[in-house]
Amino acid sequence: MSAVEQSSAAHNGHAHAEHHQHQESFISKYIFSHDHKTISKQFLVTAIVMATVAMVMSIIFRLQIAFPGESFAFTHFFLGDKWAPDGVLSSTMFLALVTIHGTIMVFFVLTGGLSGTFSNLLIPFQIGARDMASGFINMLSYWFFLAGSIMMLASLFVEGGPAGGGWTVYPPLSVLPQAIPGSGTGMTLWLFSMVLFIAGSLMGSLNYIVTVMNLRTKGMKMTRLPLTVWAFLLTAIVGVLSFPVLVSAVVLLIMDRMMGTSFYLSEIHIAGEALDNMGGSPILYEHLFWFLGHPEVYIIILPAFGISSEIISTMSRKPIFGYRAMIGSLMAISFLSFIVWAHHMFVTGMNPFLGSVFTVTTMMIAIPSAVKVFNYITTLWRGNIVFSPAMLFSIGMVSTFIAGGLTGIILANSALDIQVHDTYFVVAHFHMVMGVSAIFAMMAGVYHWFPRMYGRMMNTKLGYLHFWVTLVAAYGVFIPMHYVGLAGGPRRYYEYTEFPMFQGHVMDLNVMITVFACIGGAIQLVFIYNFFRSIWYGQKATQNPWHSNTLEWTAPVGSMHGNWPGPLPTVYRWPYDYSKPGKQEDYVPQTVPLEAGEEEH
Amino acid sequence: MMTLLIIAVLVLGFMVVLRLSRVAALASELRGDREEQIPERDNRISGRMMWAFGALYMAFFIWIPLHYHDVFLPPAASTQGVWIDSMFTFNWWMLGIVFFGTNIALFYFSGKYYHRADRRAFWYPHNNRLELVWTTIPALTLTGVVVYALIVWTKITVLPAPGTMEVEVYAKQFDWTFRYPGKDGKLGATDFRLIDADNPLGIATKATMAKRLDELHAQVAQETADRDARAGILPNDELEKADKHIAHLRRQIEGIMNLQVLMQEDIAANGNNSTYLKGADDKVTKEFHLPVNTDVELIIRSQDVIHSAYLPHMRAQMNAVPGMATRMHLVPTITTDSMRAVTKNPAFDYILLCNKVCGISHYNMQSPLTVESAGAFKIWNIMLPVFEKPGAAAKEVAPAPADTAKAEATAAVATAAPATNKEQN
Repeated sequence: MSAVEQSSAAHNGHAHAEHHQHQESFISKYIFSHDHKTISKQFLVTAIVMATVAMVMSIIFRLQIAFPGESFAFTHFFLGDKWAPDGVLSSTMFLALVTIHGTIMVFFVLTGGLSGTFSNLLIPFQIGARDMASGFINMLSYWFFLAGSIMMLASLFVEGGPAGGGWTVYPPLSVLPQAIPGSGTGMTLWLFSMVLFIAGSLMGSLNYIVTVMNLRTKGMKMTRLPLTVWAFLLTAIVGVLSFPVLVSAVVLLIMDRMMGTSFYLSEIHIAGEALDNMGGSPILYEHLFWFLGHPEVYIIILPAFGISSEIISTMSRKPIFGYRAMIGSLMAISFLSFIVWAHHMFVTGMNPFLGSVFTVTTMMIAIPSAVKVFNYITTLWRGNIVFSPAMLFSIGMVSTFIAGGLTGIILANSALDIQVHDTYFVVAHFHMVMGVSAIFAMMAGVYHWFPRMYGRMMNTKLGYLHFWVTLVAAYGVFIPMHYVGLAGGPRRYYEYTEFPMFQGHVMDLNVMITVFACIGGAIQLVFIYNFFRSIWYGQKATQNPWHSNTLEWTAPVGSMHGNWPGPLPTVYRWPYDYSKPGKQEDYVPQTVPLEAGEEEH
Repeated sequence: MMTLLIIAVLVLGFMVVLRLSRVAALASELRGDREEQIPERDNRISGRMMWAFGALYMAFFIWIPLHYHDVFLPPAASTQGVWIDSMFTFNWWMLGIVFFGTNIALFYFSGKYYHRADRRAFWYPHNNRLELVWTTIPALTLTGVVVYALIVWTKITVLPAPGTMEVEVYAKQFDWTFRYPGKDGKLGATDFRLIDADNPLGIATKATMAKRLDELHAQVAQETADRDARAGILPNDELEKADKHIAHLRRQIEGIMNLQVLMQEDIAANGNNSTYLKGADDKVTKEFHLPVNTDVELIIRSQDVIHSAYLPHMRAQMNAVPGMATRMHLVPTITTDSMRAVTKNPAFDYILLCNKVCGISHYNMQSPLTVESAGAFKIWNIMLPVFEKPGAAAKEVAPAPADTAKAEATAAVATAAPATNKEQN
């Protein structure tokens, strides 16, 4: 990673040194950096590495699901004789891979990678600030994140394997090493890794909130903020309020594991013996976990909304439709995200009346979500759409969000959930929203803001190739997966061979899913190649390549300490004056004062 | 060989793509193209591809259920399942309209309005009336969906009428055990500390408590003797471990003795209605049978970790949570034999499977379910052995007390007796 920083510095550094007298050492500038731009790149590259690991895991277990018991050199290459004897994935490792794939993707890629990268990059740039409110805490936030990532990866190498109880690590399975090998050292590392991750995430979030509240440049009223910043702000607030609850859940779990407490354990008889624990309840853990777990999915999707709103408006050369409605729906979603958690628990034995309440609150989220989709579509309508790779991914984001959001209405329904709970229908649903929709927004963000990050352009043609193959593969994986779920196919099953009802067409679908997953995985190599090659050899970027209105494009190309050489820019208008009647150009940057008699949208 | 070939093709393909992109990049560099300046031709192609993809996507979406129609589960085999299925149908229609409507609009507009230099986008920042309309319509529709959902949910989760047949579904790594009430029609009390080879569900009766206490006392004696014999040889931490385990066993003994007191109190208070007197005639089996068209209340418990009892054909599911009993109300409506005819599959069986990850053999924690006529069920049920043969139970414990005063006396004896045992150890 340092190589990446080094290179981006190589071509930016000169201008940089001239503006600023205080010389910083290599380490303080590119490794333990306080600069939001560097930290954002650190988050992004770490997330790309983590995503690659998690994606390889998914290919390995998809091969096992589609071709149970068959030997794969690919599997054996990564897992060796212990976890893949003769190239066949072991059932212990299968569960471990499923668990760690989920954990990495949800937390380290879609939370750290998405929020960490783009909040860091865009908040100071788009509000016109020289840096985050606290550069030091921002740096700590990354290093806690990295320490958590390393610990999570380290858990892959311990005896007994990594945690294997699913990414939700429900007790008692996650407490008792007698129950599953992964609940030994692997689970301990998982828990401590999460504590580090959450600590880092909290530092980041507090910083984002303080920065947006206090460091907006002159004229940058809240109602002139780009939707990206609104989304990042609300994401940070949701994170600050919900992540600590996960820490408490994790700490109680650690105490149950190490200190003999019984928060989550009661009346258990395992490995031939009754345990002493009495009086706890696993349901308590489920409540605590999902009190974070559900807001967490909005922590993932809100930045995705922000990014795609910004890109769709810019590249349609048209103001985002219903700016205030978009902010309102972001706020509504953020608020509702806190009162829906128990829809994950309809069949846990929770009081059915609670189930009714959570059905009502969960269904309400569909309203602001629908408003967002309608507004996106209306923004595209009669636009003048420039199909940059970022724009393609943003449109893909909306399409996959529709598919994933609609099945949410099925799952929000407590009665229908009985039938599809914990089947592949659920897996398909949340992959559609998080694994595809949010990832598409992240890709869109990378293509769109790459010139801002590295001062160079990514290759557009490779971007096209990447998008179309990824889109086809994503739908090829997740549309059939819904039907596997509707056939009653449970998730986290090592193989379906033991069930006659899951043979025949269910297995055909599983093969189709795996083939598309391999194609989708392979095409990401094109992205990785394009990304890293462009860092060094991409075409040099111009000041404002997308003819965008927001402030980040008024700063000089490349990265300089303090972002703007002279005084900070002043803002006179909202960020969506695209194709405004009476203007020569089809965009009017926020720094252009209103003309006499001009109305602000 | 095949694998190698595939890998070689993939690698070559990848390299070709990169080379071609390199050539294209060099060519465009010569022309002075910039990455961010997307020519009208490319925008048009992208727009057309939006249309093509949109159409293919819709076609794929329709083709899968048509081509793979037999992945769907056969008709719901329970009253509750029928309600769920019809609500599914309603939801599919509603969601289908929204799905096709929004996706068609999305891909159509994307393709239609691709960038042309001579066009300018339409300035349309907001329209309050339009926004009000498309906030209100989803809100009203969802209100309907919610009301329908709550009606069905309330019907499914309704408490059973008194006298409903109870069947216990008991989960442990990695199989299912079932318990049917005996003549008294009631399931007896249980306790996890009473679980042993003969009593897999930990049914709590006087006999099982006494037997389990004997076993534990014997085990304590054995382990204490072992520990003492090896006291000089074993390292300290091993000794500590042995001591800890002995202490753990003693706590179990204490727990069961407390349970005996509870039992006596319960018997004193409720007489013959005490749940501690209902377990002896229960029937424990590995086979799962249910009578057709009969209200059944499944009592779901777990011995170790969370499991989930999932009956896909019944559209029924409930987690099995250690430390608590959960319940599921069900009226099976189609017998296994009828379903074999419906599915034209003579080997068809209803299946109960575990649907909450529970360990390494989670994927094979299943049990077939036989739904049969009430008569056939009765015959099957009568053939099951009862948990404690009436004769055997009488030999081991004093006969059930007839009145309260007697019960209290027995309670005193019961608490005193194990204490003496403990001293002997």
